[in-house]
Amino acid sequence: MSMLNVFHVAGSALHAQSLRLNTTASNMANADSVVGSDGQPYKAKQVVFAATPLAGPAAQGVRVTQVVDSAAPMRLVYDPKSPAANAEGYVTMPNVNVVEEMTNMISASRAYQTNAEMMGTAKSLLEKTLAIGQ
Amino acid sequence: MTNRLDNALSFHQAALNARAYRQQVVASNIANADTPNFKARDVDFRAALNAALGGKATDTLPLVTTAARHISGASGNPLDASLKYRQEEQGAVDGNTVNMDTERAAFAENAVQYQASVTFINGLLRSMQIAVQGQ
Repeated sequence: MSMLNVFHVAGSALHAQSLRLNTTASNMANADSVVGSDGQPYKAKQVVFAATPLAGPAAQGVRVTQVVDSAAPMRLVYDPKSPAANAEGYVTMPNVNVVEEMTNMISASRAYQTNAEMMGTAKSLLEKTLAIGQ
Repeated sequence: MTNRLDNALSFHQAALNARAYRQQVVASNIANADTPNFKARDVDFRAALNAALGGKATDTLPLVTTAARHISGASGNPLDASLKYRQEEQGAVDGNTVNMDTERAAFAENAVQYQASVTFINGLLRSMQIAVQGQ
């Protein structure tokens, strides 16, 4: 039943995009977290998407293979009064780029919206199919 | 008699199958709009319809098997042979070739075509009912 696979595909995409939205929210919330749970400054997180076959070669879903730390250089802020400052008076701040995170968030929410719409279309088509002959 | 009823509906059934298959392919494209190195695909509809009608799939090249337990290499679904990669319109740095506008348009178009097939089937069934009742 091919049309039911649309639900699986769109569902996997919804899951992946909501995970991306989660990491974006985490990055934005921690844009100024000087110390994380490991004692180090917070590092921006990024999700890695990969296509994954769900049922045959035609239905390709999305899967988040891993969540990686951003490789961007950490932000250094001069603040000698801070207890986290080093010998030169610089504080290492998270490498979160707020502008990048905003665009990432908009892209993720639009993609989520599209996939949810796709599910709605598939649902109405299936309902029409079930009503054949009535 | 039932055979004839079957024949009348079989074409639209095949068309419905091919449309549902394409819907699934386009859904995969839209779902993978942000996946690096994903290549968008679509269905060669003529080949898909032929395959759904039970004709020979045009592009299959099965492996030669010399023992009963060899795998033929052909996939279970005859429609899979009609899958083609889309021509790249505008390349992306991450190797993704999904063009969201094209895919959304294809998705909407295919949905309407699917509904058209459903309407045809409903119409056929209605005329059959009228013929059977004879009123």
